[in-house]
Amino acid sequence: MIRSSRSKPTARLALTAGVLSLVTALAACTPGSDTSAPPPQATASSVQTDAAKLGDVTLLVWDQEVRGGQAAQMTALNTAFQAKYPNIKLKRVSRSFDDLKTTLRLALSGNEPPDVVEANNGRSDMGEFVKANQLVPLDPYAAAYGWDKRYPESVRQYSSYSADGKTFGQGNLYGLPQVGEIVGIYYSKKKLAAAGVQPPMTWDEFQSSLATLKAKGEPPLVLGNLEKWPAIHVFGTVQGRTTSADTIKQLAFGRKGATWKTPENLKAAQTLTDWVGKGYFNQGFNGQDYDPAWQGFSKGKGTYLIAGTWLQADLGKAMGDDVGFIVPPGASADAKPLATGGTGLPFAITAKSKHPEAAAAYLNFITSQDAMATLAKTGNLPVADTATQHVSPGLQQDVFNAFGKTVQAGGLVPYLDYATPTMYDTIGAALQDLLAGKTTPDQFVDRLEKDYGAFAAKNG
Amino acid sequence: MPSPRRTGSPPGEPRRIAYLYLLPGFVVYAAFLLYPLLRAVQLSFYDWDGLTLGRWIGLDNYREIVSDESLRSAFGHALILIVFFAVVPVCVGLLLASILNRAKVRGLPFFRTVVFLPQVVAMVVVAVAWRRIYAPDGSLNELLGALGLDSLQRGWLGDYALALPAVGFVGTWFETGLVTVLLLAGMSRISGDLYEAARLDGAGPVREFFAVTLPSVRGEIAVASTLTVIAALRTFDLVYVTTGGGPGNSTSVPSYEVYHRAFELGRVGSAAAVGVTLTLVILAISLVINRIGDRDTAQ
Repeated sequence: MIRSSRSKPTARLALTAGVLSLVTALAACTPGSDTSAPPPQATASSVQTDAAKLGDVTLLVWDQEVRGGQAAQMTALNTAFQAKYPNIKLKRVSRSFDDLKTTLRLALSGNEPPDVVEANNGRSDMGEFVKANQLVPLDPYAAAYGWDKRYPESVRQYSSYSADGKTFGQGNLYGLPQVGEIVGIYYSKKKLAAAGVQPPMTWDEFQSSLATLKAKGEPPLVLGNLEKWPAIHVFGTVQGRTTSADTIKQLAFGRKGATWKTPENLKAAQTLTDWVGKGYFNQGFNGQDYDPAWQGFSKGKGTYLIAGTWLQADLGKAMGDDVGFIVPPGASADAKPLATGGTGLPFAITAKSKHPEAAAAYLNFITSQDAMATLAKTGNLPVADTATQHVSPGLQQDVFNAFGKTVQAGGLVPYLDYATPTMYDTIGAALQDLLAGKTTPDQFVDRLEKDYGAFAAKNG
Repeated sequence: MPSPRRTGSPPGEPRRIAYLYLLPGFVVYAAFLLYPLLRAVQLSFYDWDGLTLGRWIGLDNYREIVSDESLRSAFGHALILIVFFAVVPVCVGLLLASILNRAKVRGLPFFRTVVFLPQVVAMVVVAVAWRRIYAPDGSLNELLGALGLDSLQRGWLGDYALALPAVGFVGTWFETGLVTVLLLAGMSRISGDLYEAARLDGAGPVREFFAVTLPSVRGEIAVASTLTVIAALRTFDLVYVTTGGGPGNSTSVPSYEVYHRAFELGRVGSAAAVGVTLTLVILAISLVINRIGDRDTAQ
């Protein structure tokens, strides 16, 4: 008994000491690392653009090109790069988008981050990384390689931030995307012909075709909105008919000075409400999955599907000649094209990379004119030189034309959920509420204004 | 070689050495549970985006939980889920178990397996399957159509009033088996004498249930309730896969908010605060349940 009564306090003391030291250790270290110094900048004139002269280096590359045609183009380009520049060894790590998104933060703040990363361009990813000085501004390389000529401004804006990461859509260039995407209208040629309707050339024609098709019995618009984000694309498409590209950019990049409370935005919201009221959408769309919805469309349900070019390959395969794609039409047949869209995830160079020049050479290679041809060949939508690619006529040609034309006209406007870190949620939930008739267009724009306004004011 | 027995002390190794045996386990426990827990508590006092230097903001994250309507409602939804995950399964489980136990059904192991089966399947798989069942063109609506109840057809997970109950029902389906099997085990230990005595006193099946069965399985009910209540409060995968918190925010729950804030919004401090609060709520509720269970068995 003596032994135990003596050992107990000792153990307790040891335990208390242990807990105490743990607590003090925790209290001493503030989470995160202080990276207040911006990364060193290269100068355009000193950039060595001949990768063969860069010596033996190894590049660690993190990408998310894991599926089908994406994986095929990346493998092909990497092999070609290795063959051309044997002195630069590529170490590729590829993970799915979700895995990449959740692990990239930790990897970047670690001591040995990858040299090249494919980072989501939104504020909560690329914006945060820029703010934390973890990405290198690419402008000197852009000047040396001529990337500013390769990519039009409406494409570059998606990877541009001010140096403090606060302003999105302008400032330094932080990444180079390979592929583009645009939201348009897929339509079934057979269904239109059966209803005696021509593919719409103007927005009015589109709206009147909705009425004609609905009168035949079936809801013409296919929507699966269980995931909340699909409706953002539908709303963006309608908003593009009422609101100017500049205003949409300001709202969607979360820049100060615009407002949601405008007659144009109200009109767009009202249009959606009307469409629901008139029964233009399939029943129960808020409880319908996105994938089964477009698969239903490919099997002959509905006539129109408002969706992005990412569905092109699948829809083309399933529907063959029956399916067509148009940029959402404007007020007149020759109106300037305007559509929601963007780029694939851009490739960026990390600030801690020891070989930024080699990384830039790699970026240049996978976005070159030859690379764009490889991308088109493997079924992707290349972000540059789109209209000049030779592709099979039909849907793919439709999509390439739509994207090329819109980019050239500077009519590509960003996804609305880019605006603030919380906007994805806010607008997703707000649209579900609006479409379900739970809120009025007034309440809808108020809710978006609250999110956008609070952020824009705080962000400065 | 057996060591000579010490007199006057408990058998086995001396205490100090005994703690040494506990050390490996404790180190693992501390490294993977205590440290992350303390760290989470610490993070909850910071405004931190996961990248740049955090900023000490004291209790602001906790204040937000109280003041932010959507966070408050997330906790409210979790409490509603308790009804579906714990209360209903315990009631149904009691009924099922006592029927199975009384009737001495042939092939009891088979039924036990069938009832328990949902527990074997991973929650994500369950959620994907139910998402298809609830879809506008899913089996539930087809069934309603076949029964001529077309007016009831709807996109269940997109319906503001019904999405949360629909998600909750999956929980009921999932947890009932576990509860039933637990209670069956408890009931099989009840001595037949007690039932005989009750019957001699003229008790019918209902009276028998309340006088003999129910008091005897109080311990099992406490265990079942604790398990299911915790399952209800920490529900993440089910909501993540079926609704993502929608429609609107009508099915968001605290653990989904933790994920959402930490990984999607980059508000690590706030996520930690929600996590810590959820831990405290779970702790409090399970303490209460265990208190009730203990007191009842002591009677």
